[in-house]
Amino acid sequence: MRIMLHINGEEHPLDADPRTSLLDALRNHLGVTGAKKGCDHGQCGSCTVLVNGRRINACLTLACMHDGDEIVTIEGIGRPGALSPLQDAFVRHDGYQCGYCTPGQICSAVGMMEEVKAGWPSSVSDNLEAPGKLTDQEISERMSGNLCRCGAYPNIVAAIREAAGEQTE
Amino acid sequence: MKPFTYTRAESTGAATRQAAHGATIIAGGTNLLDLMKLEVTAPEHVIDVNRLPLAELEQTPDGGLRIGALVRNSDLAADMRIRRDYKVLANALLAGASGQLRNKATTGGNLCQRTRCYYFYDTSMPCNKREPGSGCQAIGGFNRIHAILGGSEHCIATHPSDMAVALCALQAEIEIENAEGQRRTVAIGEFYRLPGDTPHIENVLQPGDLITAVVLPPPVAGEQRYRKVRDRASFAFALVSVAAILDCRDGKIADCSLAFGGIAPIPWRDTGAEHHLHGKPPSRELFAEAAEILLGDSRGQGSNDFKRPLTKRTLIAVLSDAAGLGDAT
Repeated sequence: MRIMLHINGEEHPLDADPRTSLLDALRNHLGVTGAKKGCDHGQCGSCTVLVNGRRINACLTLACMHDGDEIVTIEGIGRPGALSPLQDAFVRHDGYQCGYCTPGQICSAVGMMEEVKAGWPSSVSDNLEAPGKLTDQEISERMSGNLCRCGAYPNIVAAIREAAGEQTE
Repeated sequence: MKPFTYTRAESTGAATRQAAHGATIIAGGTNLLDLMKLEVTAPEHVIDVNRLPLAELEQTPDGGLRIGALVRNSDLAADMRIRRDYKVLANALLAGASGQLRNKATTGGNLCQRTRCYYFYDTSMPCNKREPGSGCQAIGGFNRIHAILGGSEHCIATHPSDMAVALCALQAEIEIENAEGQRRTVAIGEFYRLPGDTPHIENVLQPGDLITAVVLPPPVAGEQRYRKVRDRASFAFALVSVAAILDCRDGKIADCSLAFGGIAPIPWRDTGAEHHLHGKPPSRELFAEAAEILLGDSRGQGSNDFKRPLTKRTLIAVLSDAAGLGDAT
């Protein structure tokens, strides 16, 4: 079926089988390969993209469900030579080893920091009505949908902590 | 994934009429697409309801809340009325899945999600839920995550939802529209069906039915808790979960509502255990008695025997915390 996807500010028409996941549409049909396919079942988060400003798993949704939607992938967050502050923090804090989960980690963290700005609580927030600062425990809980099999979690947390403007604990 | 045709519903009527003719409704898709990829389910036609106007959260005339079926789990958990007046629901939602999945998953879809029983997911294995009459390999097999209450000789799979457990404790109602355009409401306690000899039938929805909303009663007095025990600290299904609303007055339990996840094929409620608490001073001994009533008919399958003591300890801890006795067991 014919749809239009707005990806990183550009219009991309697509005529694809209804079975095509948003992730496969990006990677295999449109050449936007930043989002990675890990588990393909919503368990690892490496395919995380922002759709209409919210982080989702691109593997667990159909491209045809997103006709007209605004999609931001890692390519839309920053580019070589013009890294976003979060990308820069990942580099300086060594927030990866193999790097496969990194595009998903960064897109997820961008969406997560917007959720924090909007005052959303998490399951480790002491006060549901007034969640406090973004502690390391809060970062880990809110990022639990992104796995890193290299185990770079401490540095991922450090990069996000810095980009979110929080002090070292 | 097997091929299917796809249409976007322009109205609830269009969705229910197509569903009555065998179409499968897709909302968030976080569970359905997973099952379709593995060919656990293979619909020929999928009807997308995501753009229907069912994403409102509104006050009801009696002071309750009507949650549109397409309200996302993340939006529901972030709504200040839910965070303030229905903490058990906010905590259950936040204990479920991941941030990405909660942004997609809907209120209606969450109620309809399928079990995560390994045998249900593995199409090379028999499973009475996936293929009626083929048998249950979980009984006598790997059953660490399976039910200790409410199972049958045909199925011991558990219901995976956290949200539904909280809704049970809150005694929510589910609003359903059928293909004739008629709306009815079903108490959540009447919505799910025990497996018996038809484990493939999980709830009272009929072909053509569409969940349009979940209705919460007005806020009730008391402390609300949701505690989930799982194999890792986050992003895992419950081994045992307890939703509790406990109202203590003048040193006695005036009212109490309990629901349990991870231990039964449906969100589990035991009014006998609740009645045992009514009118008595809260104590760990009393809570242990309620746990014994709850677990009276429970049956372990071997690998899941641990769920009996775990349920008891979790219930005592949750109620002790809610009653201000401290939560140490």
